[in-house]
Amino acid sequence: MTETITKKLTRKDFQSDQEVRWCPGCGDYAILAAVQKYMADTGTDPANTVFVSGIGCSSRFPYYMNTYGFHTIHGRAPAVATGVKTANPELDVWLVTGDGDALSIGGNHLAHILRRNLNVNILLFNNEIYGLTKGQYSPTSPVGTRKKSTPMGSIDRPFNPISFALGANATFAARTIDIDAKHMASIFAAAAAHKGTSFIEIMQNCVIFNKDFYNDTVSKPVRADMTVTLTPGEKVLYGKDKDKGLKITKDGVVKCSAEEADVWDPTNESAGAAFAYSYLDSQPDMPQPLGVFRAVESTIYEEGVNAQVEDAIAKKGAGELKDLVYAGERWKIG
Amino acid sequence: MTTTQPSGAELPLQQIDRVVIRFAGDSGDGMQITGNQFTLTSALVGNDLATLPDFPAEIRAPVGTRPGVSGFQIQFSSSDIHTPGDAPDVLIAMNPAALAVNIKDLKSGGTVVVNTGNFKDTDLKKAKCDTNPLEDGSLDGYRVIPIDINARVLEALADSELSTKDKARCKNFYTLGLMYWVYSRPLEPTMNWLADKFAKKPELVDANQTALQAGYNAGDIQELFQGQYSVPKTEELPAGEYRNIMGNQAVAMGLVAGAQLAHLKPVLGSYPITPASTILEELAAFKHYGVVTIQAEDEIAAICAAIGASFAGCLGITSTSGPGMALKGEAMGLAISTELPLVIVDIQRAGPSTGMPTKVEQSDLLMAVFGRNGDAPMPVIAISRPSDAFELTIEACRIAVQYMTPVILLSDNFIANGAEPWCLPDLSTFKDFPVTFTTEKEGHQTYQRNEIGSRPWVKPGTPGMEFRIGGLEKSTDGNISYDADNHQSMTEQRFQKVANVANSVPTPAIDGPDSGDLLVLGWGSTVGILTQGVIDARKDGANVSRIHLTHVWPLPNGLDEIFGRFKAILVPEMNMGQMTRLLRSELPSHNFISYPKVTGQPFLTTEIAGKIKDILKG
Repeated sequence: MTETITKKLTRKDFQSDQEVRWCPGCGDYAILAAVQKYMADTGTDPANTVFVSGIGCSSRFPYYMNTYGFHTIHGRAPAVATGVKTANPELDVWLVTGDGDALSIGGNHLAHILRRNLNVNILLFNNEIYGLTKGQYSPTSPVGTRKKSTPMGSIDRPFNPISFALGANATFAARTIDIDAKHMASIFAAAAAHKGTSFIEIMQNCVIFNKDFYNDTVSKPVRADMTVTLTPGEKVLYGKDKDKGLKITKDGVVKCSAEEADVWDPTNESAGAAFAYSYLDSQPDMPQPLGVFRAVESTIYEEGVNAQVEDAIAKKGAGELKDLVYAGERWKIG
Repeated sequence: MTTTQPSGAELPLQQIDRVVIRFAGDSGDGMQITGNQFTLTSALVGNDLATLPDFPAEIRAPVGTRPGVSGFQIQFSSSDIHTPGDAPDVLIAMNPAALAVNIKDLKSGGTVVVNTGNFKDTDLKKAKCDTNPLEDGSLDGYRVIPIDINARVLEALADSELSTKDKARCKNFYTLGLMYWVYSRPLEPTMNWLADKFAKKPELVDANQTALQAGYNAGDIQELFQGQYSVPKTEELPAGEYRNIMGNQAVAMGLVAGAQLAHLKPVLGSYPITPASTILEELAAFKHYGVVTIQAEDEIAAICAAIGASFAGCLGITSTSGPGMALKGEAMGLAISTELPLVIVDIQRAGPSTGMPTKVEQSDLLMAVFGRNGDAPMPVIAISRPSDAFELTIEACRIAVQYMTPVILLSDNFIANGAEPWCLPDLSTFKDFPVTFTTEKEGHQTYQRNEIGSRPWVKPGTPGMEFRIGGLEKSTDGNISYDADNHQSMTEQRFQKVANVANSVPTPAIDGPDSGDLLVLGWGSTVGILTQGVIDARKDGANVSRIHLTHVWPLPNGLDEIFGRFKAILVPEMNMGQMTRLLRSELPSHNFISYPKVTGQPFLTTEIAGKIKDILKG
């Protein structure tokens, strides 16, 4: 133990002995590398770290981390993670999920872990497609997505993961992309610093079934104009020369000059601005927002649960079996 | 009434052995409280007793209607009894609906106390009575005691400042007082309970205590009854210290005890569902025993949180009823595949689907044993009665941690809400079964098995022992494997591990001759009724034996040999013959006779005794 801590950790310390089996070119490789590097750089203790996942391509993640890991069942990782973290709040719990796992079959559990605000980090790999089941549209696919299960185009409106999280009263919500390792690392750091559930949407490329779906916004040639990075304390500006601004009006977020642009404050108690920005890209000709949408302090579920246990013990004394059984009205026979 | 008749106080006190009373009224009339108070007082008097609460699923069905009738039956006795009684000796009917629903069960010649205050035309209409049963001759053959309880309560509370409506709500305690007089019960326990219950509302303490006393006095000064009865304390129960216990209460306590004996922190994940919710409520009140409870967003989350807790090194527990069991199926498979300990409590109720949430059935047996995708074996234990729930719950915890397996603990609505005296165990005789977490990497493999087929348990947080597990098939080292031979082998290993549980379980004892024409086999909450049914049949000359299973899967060792000594085995159960199917498939060479009952009500002892005699007659 001491040896592990004093030694400088490298990415290798977080690699398990299992061969990584995602498709060549999958965005998951970059995310895995970024997480491993982040953990090494920050001196994370692998023995105290648990990765919990659901089902899907992303959910194979724990097998490749040399930490504790639990690959659970479809959609239920938030519920399992709730049990792990509540049972032992000392553990550093990370949850890995995808758009189908988190927002379709597990939508209920995602909403509730965000509401309860356990001190865990959630990485949602959003590739807007079901990959492991070979390419059906997902709850984040845009309307009209033509895939094998929707030959004439999908009809249902998609979820915006950040809007979903904010709607569930998430205390931390951020968006990043698999092709920007530096930005990912900065978001991981912000998430780790946040006390409460940190929800991170990572736009991730599925090279087989939804290749480069995000190229209109995040590919190198257009990224400056088609994304906007929300940076705490800084103006909301985008464009190659950072000359285009955004601000909230009664009609929602509108374009404006650099001078008039909002100064971004994710710590605002109201989630209103964050929510307005979260679905910016659903409007024509607006950039895709990245960065930290919200970071506010609130009560932490597992702390409250365990504090009640400690309070009860402090008030009543640690319960003994005899007091449990030999309680209430009793009588003797013989 | 003429003044020449003696007052109640001058009537003779008759000693009787046992009485069955059923309180019946509207679900808002407080019949369950009344029944529970009568139970508590009878327990303190030293009677043996058994109870059968029977209430609607609706919290408040329309007032005065038949679906809104709530009943509570208690048998109390100076001798050893096994059931709440088949037919009541006394029925208390608070309104026409309660009378109409329950009168058919009353013993012929039995007594029915009727609250005539609730027999106006509108009341009769609500109860769908075309004629007034008090006048149409339908109560001929019963001893009817008409009392306008509504009016008597208002008179008794004339000085109270409560509203008329609130005064009327005290009528159940007036009724209780009356019954306390008839059966010579002390008022103090209920007086004290009222003082405690309404400590913050002294006017309610006063009104209810006054009503209780007034009811008692009415018995004493009026000539309503033929006399007063005494049911002396029983001398037949084993010597010891007793308390009254309900099934769900005992399960909650058993879970705390089981976790302590395993030296683990218990973590319950649960979602409210009738009739299991009180386990969640009881455990939430046991925080000072180190119990963590998580009220989850749904049944699936509840079991998943419990599995997460077990993964983290605690004792994960989840409690539910049939529909919740169906939802938990996939997660049970995860616990089986990852071989994590888990206790799953299923308080069975009538199904399928939502079924009859407050009625009893034993119809989750085959689901418990087989109801999961894949070959997914799991031990199943069945509680028989409130007084064995504590020890069987501990047994479920023991098996879960020793065999690193989820365990299903079956109870049912009859046990969960039924009460009986519990001879408190000597806790020093309970052997603990402490869990040893593996911390040594040398020679360690995640699924390496010990002599009973169990795998080592490593607690996350332990340096150098990092592992990954999941629901995918794995090899002994814990890594994913789709290898054909490996899957065959791992499936067999999981199967064998559960089969091995039978080696740690005693062969059940036979009640009666160890060979003969007929063996009655039961499991779960039928135990009392089968015991009494067999006793009654023997009185009529039947040569019959009885055996009862608590460990229903794997079946205990030695059954094949026992069954071989009987010509036939009668299996009464509250389902369409699920245990019979299980026995026929596992031990096919015997003659099993299924006796199913699915009315939502327990068997009657007369039904059992009758069936035994019919079979023996051939």
